[in-house]
Amino acid sequence: MSAQFLYGGAGILLFALGLWSLLVHEALLRKLIAINIAGGGVFHVFIAIAYRGDTAPPDPVPHALVLTGIVVAVSATALVLALHRRLEQAEESAADAEGRSESASASSAAPPPRTPTERTPTERTPTELTPADLTPADLTPETLHPETPHG
Amino acid sequence: MKRDLALLLGILLALLAALLLWALHATLALEPGPRLAELASARLEETGVSNPVTAVLLNYRAYDTLLELAVLLAALLGIWSLGPAPAGYQRSGPALAALVDWIVPLAILAGGYLLWVGGHAPGGAFQAGALLGAAGVILRLSGEPSAGLPGEPAQRWLVVLGAGVFAVVGGGLLASGFGFLTYPPGQAKWLILLIESAATVAIGVTLTAAYVGGRPGSGTAHNGTGQSRTVQR
Amino acid sequence: MADLLILPVLVPLLGGLLATALPVRSALVGTLAALATSLSGLGITLLVWLHGDLGTVLGGWGVPLGIGLSADGLSAALLAMASLVALAISIYAGSYFAGSAQARHFWPLWLLLWSALNGVFLAADLFNLYVMLELLGLSAAALGALTGKREAIAANLRYLLVGLLGSLTYLLGVALLYTAYGTLDIGLLGERLGPTPIAATALALMVSGLALKTALFPLHFWLPPAHANAPAPVSAALSALVVKASFYLILRLWTELFAPIADIGAATLLGLLGAGAVLWGSWRALRAQRLKLLAAYSTVAQIGYLFLFFPLLASLPPGTARDDLFAACVLMALTHGFAKAGFFLAAGLVQRKAGHDRISELGGVAQRMPATTFSIALAGSALVGLPPSGSFIGKWVLMRGAFETGQWWWLPVTVLGTLLAAAYVFRVLSRAFGLEPTPLQFVTNARSEIPALLLAFASVALLGLAAGPVWAILGFGAAPA
Repeated sequence: MSAQFLYGGAGILLFALGLWSLLVHEALLRKLIAINIAGGGVFHVFIAIAYRGDTAPPDPVPHALVLTGIVVAVSATALVLALHRRLEQAEESAADAEGRSESASASSAAPPPRTPTERTPTERTPTELTPADLTPADLTPETLHPETPHG
Repeated sequence: MKRDLALLLGILLALLAALLLWALHATLALEPGPRLAELASARLEETGVSNPVTAVLLNYRAYDTLLELAVLLAALLGIWSLGPAPAGYQRSGPALAALVDWIVPLAILAGGYLLWVGGHAPGGAFQAGALLGAAGVILRLSGEPSAGLPGEPAQRWLVVLGAGVFAVVGGGLLASGFGFLTYPPGQAKWLILLIESAATVAIGVTLTAAYVGGRPGSGTAHNGTGQSRTVQR
Repeated sequence: MADLLILPVLVPLLGGLLATALPVRSALVGTLAALATSLSGLGITLLVWLHGDLGTVLGGWGVPLGIGLSADGLSAALLAMASLVALAISIYAGSYFAGSAQARHFWPLWLLLWSALNGVFLAADLFNLYVMLELLGLSAAALGALTGKREAIAANLRYLLVGLLGSLTYLLGVALLYTAYGTLDIGLLGERLGPTPIAATALALMVSGLALKTALFPLHFWLPPAHANAPAPVSAALSALVVKASFYLILRLWTELFAPIADIGAATLLGLLGAGAVLWGSWRALRAQRLKLLAAYSTVAQIGYLFLFFPLLASLPPGTARDDLFAACVLMALTHGFAKAGFFLAAGLVQRKAGHDRISELGGVAQRMPATTFSIALAGSALVGLPPSGSFIGKWVLMRGAFETGQWWWLPVTVLGTLLAAAYVFRVLSRAFGLEPTPLQFVTNARSEIPALLLAFASVALLGLAAGPVWAILGFGAAPA
């Protein structure tokens, strides 16, 4: 009983910590890590409750549920990361376009430097920084002058 | 202001955590009532596998697993819809390349072992698929732009293979009168192995393709100029 | 026969897999699969209509080991609505995405979304519902970002994170229930569950997670940008169908599983949030500058109405009056499904034609598209709750219930919400009836205009003039006159 409570309680604390971090932090990657920690906490609870003392065999059902949950979490994380990268591209291209129009008028402002979005063990090729990254459709008037969604 | 808000949230969430801890404590203090554990182990022999977790994943609750493969596929489809894959990384140096030549086959071999062992010990399609995915990630990091994946048409068939075989087996069993994903006695083992093998390949390919991070095809061409990267929407 | 319950999930799943594998033929595969899915959903509805509740357990293990599927009147009613609305959206999408590279991304994700939607309506297992909700959330967010525009991606990124948080909170509640009661089957849990603090904690976790996913005020903040920036068919699906899935689940859990503990106090809290949603959503809809944003805020308000029913349901004993209220709540959810889908599809046509959807500049465009403007008018009248629409009956029963239970404070909320809705709908329509000459042809593009028109028409006529079947399929007596 005390062992399960220790493990399960740790899961609940992880859930609360993840929730706090998700609500407090602005940066998307921190939010994503936070939600993964919260998810890990929930999975922790499932693992803890599978074992209810020496007399009974551990319950395989929560273990299987956690495996399913992990795959779901991985999928969601992958999609969030891909959306995040696409958003950064769109914002950089919008910023670049603004910079370009400014430099055209004032011939002083330079486009803001791109920040590396991924940490990699090897260096990225220079191709990553070519204007081919800036898809033309991001330069439509809607992106340059977005209507704020909140009307 | 912002810090005050964070503090307030912290206090509220601490209260929530205390409430949940109390609820968990109260729940664990209850006499364990009827659980699925006894039932699941009592009928384990009928499932065709002897690893109880695999029995839950591929037999008792196979429907969940089918949908989980669909979730994985949906995430990949979402990633593909966002545009072509970014260019790959620089070719690795000779030392890393030699290491990769060892690690990738080993990962694939270990994946095959995990798939087989899943029938009676911890292991199974997801663990094996994750290893295949890791092999793909290593390939991509070492400068292979396609991460060892085939072209787009084949890749599309491979990522639907897992859920496809699963659903077709289920539908076939339904059509032949057994009920959806109700394995006929004696055939469970081989049907599960078939589904798991297909799922392993699909999971490995899907994870790798998700890591590549975009639609396959011309976008992944590694030609050093970036000019050939087609911009499609 | 109950074996067939899997078909509304299996058919779109197979269709989605095939559409993934055959990207060049995805529109054809998708359309055929949509037709088959719709037929399977309507077929299940018909079976429930003829034979009553259906239930099966997959895998031949029985509960609690296997995963159950069940269809009662509530499932069947929503399944039927989803089948018709999703079919109309599919036909519209065939024309909307024709010749666009987005088509090959749309169809597989859309079919997976539909599969998850039907899966939620038919599931009888709490963990299976979690997987379904995740499939629904992931495919919905991916579809919403399909335009690739910055606002759409930002909005759907937030939608995805919010959805994940909602599912996790729900899942933690499921973990508590499983620890305490040792089963995940809703029917079995219902038998074992008592009015314990543990069950109350689980209820609070699960309902707050689902309320986040169904955008109940004040947890609605993610909905307007996500729904307003998606492609039109996706907006329609998100607003009409996807938020209904989590609402359906709240309704089912609240009235069945947690009936012993879901008392009047908790229900009043939900009702208050609903009232906030009605007033705030309607107000923001009135102030919206864009047509699709207006429709999105209107969804926030319409979801609010559905929660006004909870305190009334909680304070009535089982009987005809309670049945009427329950059926009226379902009727309003169905009507909103048809009306909002029709509204969004029509708004998408206007946006395509004009190149924007700023309400103040829509006059001439709307006038050149009579059928579309008519669709907006019909759907709008159902959103307001004008007779003979389904929401008129719904609101009527709601107000009568508030009167009869002495909870008169819900009356001004309903009246004010209705007035605001009338104002925001007529604000749009007044632009459409300018002085420019109206063309002779009523329909300009049949394949995309007819689905919107039929949906709008259904919300007014089908569910308004013929609300009886809703009562019948829920197993209640005749509809109130």
